[in-house]
Amino acid sequence: MKKIEAIIRPEKLESVKAALAEIGILGMTVTEVSGRGRQRGICLQWRAGEYRVEFLPRVKIETVVLDEEVGKTLNAIVRKARTGERGDGKVFVFPIDNAVRVRNGDEGENAI
Amino acid sequence: MINSGDTAWILVSAALVMLMTPGLALFYGGMVRRKNILSTIMMSFALLGLIGLLWVLYGYTMGFGPNFGGIIGKFDWVGLRDVGQKPSTVYATTVPHLAFMIYQAMFAIIAVALWTGGVVERTKFSAFLILAILWFTFVYCPVAHWVWGSGGWLAKLGCLDFAGGIVVHITAGMSALALALLLRPRKGFKEGEPMEPDNIPLVMLGAGLLWFGWFGFNGGSALKSGGLASSAFVATYISGAAAAMTWMGLGWIYRRPSALGAATGAIAGLAAITPAAGFVSPIAGIPIGVVASVICYYCMLFRTKRGVDESLDVWAVHGMGGVWGVLATGIFASLAVNSAGADGLIYGHAIQLAKQLAGVASVAVFAFAATWVLGKIVDVTIGLRVKEEEEIVGLDISQHGERAYGGISR
Repeated sequence: MKKIEAIIRPEKLESVKAALAEIGILGMTVTEVSGRGRQRGICLQWRAGEYRVEFLPRVKIETVVLDEEVGKTLNAIVRKARTGERGDGKVFVFPIDNAVRVRNGDEGENAI
Repeated sequence: MINSGDTAWILVSAALVMLMTPGLALFYGGMVRRKNILSTIMMSFALLGLIGLLWVLYGYTMGFGPNFGGIIGKFDWVGLRDVGQKPSTVYATTVPHLAFMIYQAMFAIIAVALWTGGVVERTKFSAFLILAILWFTFVYCPVAHWVWGSGGWLAKLGCLDFAGGIVVHITAGMSALALALLLRPRKGFKEGEPMEPDNIPLVMLGAGLLWFGWFGFNGGSALKSGGLASSAFVATYISGAAAAMTWMGLGWIYRRPSALGAATGAIAGLAAITPAAGFVSPIAGIPIGVVASVICYYCMLFRTKRGVDESLDVWAVHGMGGVWGVLATGIFASLAVNSAGADGLIYGHAIQLAKQLAGVASVAVFAFAATWVLGKIVDVTIGLRVKEEEEIVGLDISQHGERAYGGISR
């Protein structure tokens, strides 16, 4: 099992979600996050003058998949989340020791 | 002789001005960081209780009681003694004395609330309350007497202030600057941490309530219903509108037409028309409002550039907007609008501008200096500022034991 953690542009969430559904990945947790990469943030206005906000809003998708699903999951996310500009985000893959379904106690791959 | 129309208008105006203080609380509350929104709102809200009580107990008689040497009112009306249903013989003689008294109470409350914008996000609540009492007693009440009290020295000089450009806006603006310098900047301000506004929709709501209440502030200052009240009402509207558009345009020239800018502009224009509203023709609200926004906008940039953390720009908007408005009264005032006023510069009466300047200079210097001294006294005795850890956690939790947006479970 692997956990896929993808930080993407908020406006790409719907198309990434749809692409994941097509390959059978339905379960996920989505969080609104703030962060920075190589972008310099954006300028916002104060009453007079302006200030720079370095942390920009992004969406973080977390989902746990079987080892053999990792490749197509990454492919779907990257294909749908990409604009080619700086700020498209990053995807991280983590090993997972175990999983438990709270409803019935199923463990391991049965739980995801 | 009581006039029912006048009485109705003054009572409604008092209620309108009352609503400005919670409006101001939202206006300020939306501009601070989210950990300090309640503490910012609570400063204004607490004053609705505190200053209102002090006003009926001794403030009214200090401001408006029988004159003592042109500088203060005598204590004849302490605790509302002799202030009843019959009209006063000197002020607003067609409405019950109580109506005039409570109308004036609302001005005292919002004057104190205004300068809280300079001290937000770092002032100890207990110290703030003590400072508010001292400031009300030793700055607001005397200045109210000088300008509006029967026999006050600035009134006798012929300095005009229709609804509080000097008494409310200049005093509050200069005092906010003094206190901000005394308190020093918020932690992180010098390092350039963004002090992001928590909730701009609240700022817009607050600005709307202030604009609404300002009709009572300026229109009610005619102290009777009828033509002059209508003239002041319209002038107020025009100046707020012209200033909101001007500020929006200035923001647009540099970057974008921001909501926060339009709201700030409206307040600058309303502050500037305050001393002039019942002395100038309504259409003079256009130049007064336009110039107010230009002056206040660049004062704000200047303040920021100097690294002074007068956090919500009470000096730039109310102080300097008030200064412009009081001087503009000396330029645009017309006896044809108000026979109790004067002709200004454009009607060939340059001396009026000099009288206005005397009012501006004396009160600005007095308010700044007196507030500095009062602030210093509170600072060395009980300390004005919260501890560093309390400032980091935020004043909502450290001063009030509450948070604005609580709970994980729904």
